[in-house]
Amino acid sequence: MKIPISYIWRSLWTRRLTTVLTLVGIALVVFVFAAILMMAHGIETTMRDTGYEDNVILIRRSASSELLSQVGREGASIVKTFPEVSTDPNGKAIATTEVLVVITLFKKESNNLGNVSVRGISPEAFALRPAVKLAGGRMFQFGSHEVIVGSSIIQRFKGCEIGKQISFSGDQWTIVGVIEAEGSAFESEIWGDVEQLMPSVGRPVFSTMTFRLKDKNMFDALKQRVQQDPRTQYMEPKRERDFYEEQSHAMSTFIMILGTVVTVIFSIGAIIGAVITMYGAVSNRTVEIGTLRSLGFRRRSVLAAFLIESIILSVVGGALGILMASVMSFVRISTVNFGTFSELAFGFTLSPGIALSTIIFSVAMGVIGGFLPAVRAARMNIVTALRSS
Amino acid sequence: MSLVAIKNISKSYWRDSLEIPVLRNISFDIPEGEFLALMGPSGSGKTTLLNLIAGIDRPTTGSIVIGGTDIGGLGETALAQWRSRIMGFIFQFYNLLPVLTAFENVELPLLLTKLSSKERRDHVEFALKIVGLEERMRHYPKQLSGGQEQRVAIARAIVTDPTILVADEPTGDLDKVSAEEIMKLLDRLNSEFKKTIIMVTHDPRAAERAHLVRHLDKGELS
Repeated sequence: MKIPISYIWRSLWTRRLTTVLTLVGIALVVFVFAAILMMAHGIETTMRDTGYEDNVILIRRSASSELLSQVGREGASIVKTFPEVSTDPNGKAIATTEVLVVITLFKKESNNLGNVSVRGISPEAFALRPAVKLAGGRMFQFGSHEVIVGSSIIQRFKGCEIGKQISFSGDQWTIVGVIEAEGSAFESEIWGDVEQLMPSVGRPVFSTMTFRLKDKNMFDALKQRVQQDPRTQYMEPKRERDFYEEQSHAMSTFIMILGTVVTVIFSIGAIIGAVITMYGAVSNRTVEIGTLRSLGFRRRSVLAAFLIESIILSVVGGALGILMASVMSFVRISTVNFGTFSELAFGFTLSPGIALSTIIFSVAMGVIGGFLPAVRAARMNIVTALRSS
Repeated sequence: MSLVAIKNISKSYWRDSLEIPVLRNISFDIPEGEFLALMGPSGSGKTTLLNLIAGIDRPTTGSIVIGGTDIGGLGETALAQWRSRIMGFIFQFYNLLPVLTAFENVELPLLLTKLSSKERRDHVEFALKIVGLEERMRHYPKQLSGGQEQRVAIARAIVTDPTILVADEPTGDLDKVSAEEIMKLLDRLNSEFKKTIIMVTHDPRAAERAHLVRHLDKGELS
């Protein structure tokens, strides 16, 4: 490309109004595209970070979620004795047997009922999930009708402040503390004593059991042992991180598909805008094109100049779109977790991969939008172009 | 010695199936160092002939040999390279790129050469000095008068030190005083810098500066 970049840049500046309008069009489409990717990524990150690499969750075979899973006391006790399960200095397995149920509470914003996950835990739950920390109040006492609530719950649902009582399954539960969990899904849950919850909600069996492996490489051996033992083979161990990531797939895929359809429709509009802008630029500069060609600049230089002009528009528009989307990082919203049908709060997460995909997307818009006008400019007959003066 | 040899060239344009002949069987030579004016009424084919000699259009039949090169035999890329080395273009409406300064406009043809940035700067400053606009090199075309714009265009035409300057109505858009200045400048480029100049003009005063005047009428030399 021999044509100076200053020519391209200043040509864009000269027709500032159309340049800015095209930029805004591209930026808005890129914003939507990036925001959708950030939303899907935010859900995946929230769910994935809920699990730990060396933790294993035991669910009933073929159960697609914790809600549908059932783990019997006997089976849980047997697995606790397996050599792959990590133990404390006293020889007790570091494992939490849990039950997960869904209750309804009134939302602060809309006053409508929303689903909330209530998790009954064993004392070892905190050792297994070090990211979960008490952010206010105190820990509930095992053996009592006390619960602690996730920080997202206290923000979004009525009557969930410390000291308040919530009622479900005919029992009253006193809120005594608030937990934070580095943005993971646990912040959208209520936790209480599993042995108190089970009779209250009428569940004779646990939903799941989570435990730590002695060594994370022991997973395959553990899986084999669970599958071979007739007393435990109705259950299936999964790495906790993989399990929660799987749980987010349905929702993130749904958002991605819906978002992609919306973005494609928007991007067609933006591409048409870019095509019109670039055709206008070619028409207005017919004489300049003829002059450049007569001076000895080749067709491909003219093609490159106009294509680069379009790409500059798309890159600047793309950067603007990413900048707008990055503001969304400060926003936290909630949606229904398809795995538990309860509210899940998550943030929009911008990753380098999303930024790169977004820039590639916007450059693609620039190339598609600028190609035909650039070809027209390059194919222009010199004499005809000069005559248009 | 003949620099340009034009042999039996004809040029027709087609409108649908209708042939519109513009030039008919033209042959003549232009010696090196000549200052030739092509005159004739509108539609006589002057600009078409100039475009053919400049290598931005191709004849329907016949050949044009310039400096020993049959330009009809050059492919598009080779012809573009040839133009950038051999031809300097001066247009009626100057055809400066409005977003570039006088310096950048003059530098344009040098971007096709292998000269360094420093060498390009020296060439541009020299060309602008010849046309008397070295003080205006940072100005944009809209900040210059018509006469000054045409002088910048002439600087652009000579900056690569081409063999031939083709000028299409170089004074057609200028007032009398500016036109006179431009013609003096072209005269100087011909006499002092030995440039061969082929100029299309309607202006008899401009034609007076030329050493040789050829008239075209209805596509034929008269």
